Amino acid sequence: MTQPKLSVSGLTKTFARGSERIRVLDGIDLEIPENEFVSLVGTSGCGKSTLLSIVAGLEDHDTGSVLVDGQPVEGPGRDRGVVFQSYTLFPWLTARQNVEFALRAAGLKGADLRDRALEHLALVGLERFADAHPNQLSGGMKQRVAIARALSYRPKILLMDEPFGALDALTRHHMQELLTRVWERHRLTVLFITHDVEEAVYLSDRVAVMSNQPGRIKEIVPITIDRPRPYDITSTPEFMALHRRVLASIREESIRIAQMDDAIG
Amino acid sequence: MPRRSDARGQGLFRLTARLTPARFVAISCVVFAGLLAVWWGVTASGLVKPLFLPGPDRVFARLADLAASGQLWEDAGVSIYRIMVGFLIATVLAVPIGVLIGCYRAWEAIIEPVVDFVRYMPVVAFVPLTILWAGTGDGQKFLIIWIGTFFQQVLLIMDNVKRVPWDFVNVGRTLELKEREILARIVVPAALPGIWDSLRISLGWAWTWLVLAELVAATSGLGYRIVTAQRFFQTETIIGYILVLGLFGLVTDQAMKAIAKRLFRYAEARR
Ligand SMILES: Nc1ncnc2c1ncn2[C@@H]1O[C@H](COP(=O)(O)OP(=O)(O)OP(=O)(O)O)[C@@H](O)[C@H]1O
Ligand SMILES: [Mg+2]
Repeated sequence: MTQPKLSVSGLTKTFARGSERIRVLDGIDLEIPENEFVSLVGTSGCGKSTLLSIVAGLEDHDTGSVLVDGQPVEGPGRDRGVVFQSYTLFPWLTARQNVEFALRAAGLKGADLRDRALEHLALVGLERFADAHPNQLSGGMKQRVAIARALSYRPKILLMDEPFGALDALTRHHMQELLTRVWERHRLTVLFITHDVEEAVYLSDRVAVMSNQPGRIKEIVPITIDRPRPYDITSTPEFMALHRRVLASIREESIRIAQMDDAIG
Repeated sequence: MPRRSDARGQGLFRLTARLTPARFVAISCVVFAGLLAVWWGVTASGLVKPLFLPGPDRVFARLADLAASGQLWEDAGVSIYRIMVGFLIATVLAVPIGVLIGCYRAWEAIIEPVVDFVRYMPVVAFVPLTILWAGTGDGQKFLIIWIGTFFQQVLLIMDNVKRVPWDFVNVGRTLELKEREILARIVVPAALPGIWDSLRISLGWAWTWLVLAELVAATSGLGYRIVTAQRFFQTETIIGYILVLGLFGLVTDQAMKAIAKRLFRYAEARR
């Protein structure tokens, strides 16, 4: 078997809360082969962002391992592009300069910088807004620039934490199509967090459902729908069956959590 | 529709209502004119004795005399020089220290409690001490301005830096930037509009402390002139100089705001 692009095994993470330590992640195992699109869903607070931060190298962990191409992750790196849930474009730079900022960090210089930046803004359909500052862009446009920035230095893995969380349904739909196109063209490996089950099923090869308290991978649902996927695929019985299955899995979790809270409260 | 025009009519005092710059200035000028009229009214009608509050005509006449004789410019020049040097020393020290303790918890632990402690000591109480240390010359004025502004600036700037979103730093990390690069190319630019605002606010305080120092012990400057005027019951001069001080404050504040508007155009929220 070929080596997975990203491999997480036996990962645990605890946080101090007051005098006790709470176990947020408990024995996470997840392997993502190259060019696979995996979504992570689960109830709020189950540890999705924490897992993504650890994979990004922005947060350390207690036990277990995170391997990229078989090599342990030691801190953040340009082999993994991150799109954060919050808006992280630098407001003092234009859209193009924001992308150039990343490219410069990656060692590009001169005319290359500008060309590569514009090329990636074109990729997300924003070349006309290259010279606009973030305060002149809508929420969806900002996230598109952030995606362009994360892709510009050609990371092999893209980590996205609810990047479309703040967007309306229509813009969201555009962004999903765009992301699918980019993912196909760049042969990316994607770990994608979302609250939106339909989004997860539509985009992914596999959907990983997390359980809460402690956070574990409860179930991995393979999405056996052919690509390319037109958007009206969401109303086919096949899609709806998968959608229901993932939703039921999450709902089970939230009911269990509610009962646990009741028992405590 | 009548309802629509009603909403427009009350628009001036509606939340988030817009105002053109011209209208803004017009409203401000009307308020100033109104205050002037009240002042003129209470003095011209004899309601208040001129010894306590002379009329605007007399105050402006005195100011004109002082300007013509060069006295006003000399006094103002001395004070402006003092404020510039004192404020600059405070700022040059406060910015790096504020940034440092805003970024690093360890530095915050070392510096912040001390600064906070000193900040609560009344500046007025330092006046006798500074005279003892530095005499009554310019050095003592610089020192008072420094004590009055530096500690406040450090804390304000620390807050500005702390308000930089964590994820901005994380972006820098994922790009494998070095700590120093993240500091210089992400944290400082992100905090800059806030820092500028903090400096603008602290400049206002600097004026207060300067005049205080000049009132207590000086042989020149606007504050000194106010004390001598008091000795000779020249109320016109006192009030005239207070107005001049107010005017300087207003002008520098508006100037710094205008500069910020140009420098940090990008930071303006969309409205
Ligand atoms: N720095 C921290 N210190 C203490 N506890 C933390 C810290 N970061 C996260 N946690 C806790 O870890 C748990 C998981 O947080 P995380 O942000 O990963 O959840 P999430 O699954 O991303 O939730 P959401 O879907 O709401 O974004 C939460 O209970 C949170 O309170
Ligand atoms: Mg989260």
